[in-house]
Amino acid sequence: MRALTWQGTRDVRVETVPDPQLVNPRDAIIQVTATAICGSDLHLYDGVIPGMQAGDILGHEFMGRVVEAGSGSTLKVGQKVVVPFTISCGRCFFCGKQQFAACDNSNPVEKQDATETLYGHAMSGVFGYSHMTGGYPGGQAEYVRVPFSDVGPIVVDDSIDDEKVLFLSDILPTGWMAAENAALEPGDTVAVWGCGPVGLFAIQSARLMGAEQVIAIDHHPHRLALARGLGAKVIDFEQTDVQEALREMTGGIGPDAVIDAVGMEAHGFTLDNVVDRMSQAVMPGIDRGHALKEAILACRKGGRISMPGVYGGYVADFPLGAVMEKGLQLRTGQTHVQRYSRNLLQRIGEGEIDTTFLISHRLPLESAAEGYRNFGEKQNEWTKVVLKPGGRSTNGRGPQPGL
Amino acid sequence: MATMRHTDLRSDEESYTGTSPARLLTVAVLAAAGTYAAVRWSQAKEPRRPLDSAPDRTHSKPLRRDMTVVGRTVTINRPRSEVYTFWRDFSNLPKFMENIEKVAPTGPGRTVWNIRAPLGQTIEVESEVVEDKPNELIAWRSVPGSDITTQGRVSFRDAPGGRGTEVEAEIAYSAPLGEIGRLIALIFRREPAIQSRYELKRLKMLMETGEIATSRNQRQ
Repeated sequence: MRALTWQGTRDVRVETVPDPQLVNPRDAIIQVTATAICGSDLHLYDGVIPGMQAGDILGHEFMGRVVEAGSGSTLKVGQKVVVPFTISCGRCFFCGKQQFAACDNSNPVEKQDATETLYGHAMSGVFGYSHMTGGYPGGQAEYVRVPFSDVGPIVVDDSIDDEKVLFLSDILPTGWMAAENAALEPGDTVAVWGCGPVGLFAIQSARLMGAEQVIAIDHHPHRLALARGLGAKVIDFEQTDVQEALREMTGGIGPDAVIDAVGMEAHGFTLDNVVDRMSQAVMPGIDRGHALKEAILACRKGGRISMPGVYGGYVADFPLGAVMEKGLQLRTGQTHVQRYSRNLLQRIGEGEIDTTFLISHRLPLESAAEGYRNFGEKQNEWTKVVLKPGGRSTNGRGPQPGL
Repeated sequence: MATMRHTDLRSDEESYTGTSPARLLTVAVLAAAGTYAAVRWSQAKEPRRPLDSAPDRTHSKPLRRDMTVVGRTVTINRPRSEVYTFWRDFSNLPKFMENIEKVAPTGPGRTVWNIRAPLGQTIEVESEVVEDKPNELIAWRSVPGSDITTQGRVSFRDAPGGRGTEVEAEIAYSAPLGEIGRLIALIFRREPAIQSRYELKRLKMLMETGEIATSRNQRQ
């Protein structure tokens, strides 16, 4: 089959690799019909996440058709499914508490040492996201082996367009959980740093959850326009002093909740950011946390910090004193996708949530490298890239019965 | 500020290079001797601390000198009887212990374990069950004449809050001298801690999910 492989920093290529097979009883094989490039894929692309190996297949936002199902799978050949990026067994203590992204059993044993050493406990498995999270081949490919397929994939109706449901795999539930972690109360203002896909979905979700005022912060005019379209007030940090603006827009109190939807590769020409950028270039694991630091300073006393943005290592000059002295609560984590799938699918079906506005570019899988380059470099216009496999004949696997 | 201090330090060093190296050496030796004396004195004064509640094997200094003890606890979200029964059938062990080739019964309570060693070698350990409390504890030890001397115990407790079963495995071992001992030491001195951790995690996966997670894309 054809698949997008990581070869090194800013070097990704579509190559021919062996087709996946059923390995464990609960596996299913999915023929991918649509897959997207995630902002967090750019962290891998930029080489700031350790644990990548040349040849790794990327991609953790994908959906498709079931072409094979193992004896322990509940899926049926021909079903259309969206696959969560987190791999969860559904049976461990954490899955029982609906903390699916903390699953104890999805990261292969021999891959757990790295994060157990780094974080104290091993992370769960994630598709296409380095060997720290299992080294699972990802979804920017024609076919994917999906473990624990009786737990993760959500079956969607044949009549629903792929693009309406594709983002159930990651960014929509991630934006939703970000807003949920902001624990909004009536009258609350929430400020969102970063108007990428997660930030925009967090804005949309916060509005649905009844936020009085949502203020979006970015510097890309087009992305700010999208935020405005979702009902947010916007701050362009290249023309406005963010701290002062937020204070003035909240009656001097500050936002009740702040959401860092930027993560480890913050933009902006501030001193701390430039120093962090230089450290990051030398050593993966040093995170640039400018947006997070700014959010913490802006947050009102006793407020909440929601942090969907991805960090992998350490942030220099973290304003821990402000967190303690202002009595802030910090909520974060990889998204417990399976917890939200059904609720969000229903809202999409009822027309309450539309995610298709985000898609700026549709490319064949063969052009994935171009998609990565532009998504990284032209963030103003390239808001979301959807890749469609199947532009050329597949390798070995013919058409399946029942499709 | 940090930069300034650094500069000050460097200028001090530079002024010292003007004096004789012998004097520098004298200062260094005196400083080292002083530090050594101070450390010895503080150790001598330190009273023996009472043992804390932690398992013996987690002490910073090993409590046993005759054998190396490794162990690990894992919580498995299954009933105690189910986990005990699975373990008690020793023929199940190779399912989650990757370096055990096979376990075969040789007599009542006795089994022979074939364990993979580096360079394609296999070592053979005959072990006997020395304690067996259903749903609570299984303990075994190697019988004389085995390639290594080892003893182990695995205990099963109800985890709090209905979380299933806490499984605690502890293995003590010592390799005899000689060529085989050297070989065993090579793999066992470092490996058992890692192996027991891997094995318990695989057991947990198998008991909870019915399979052992892998990111391999191909059947082998």
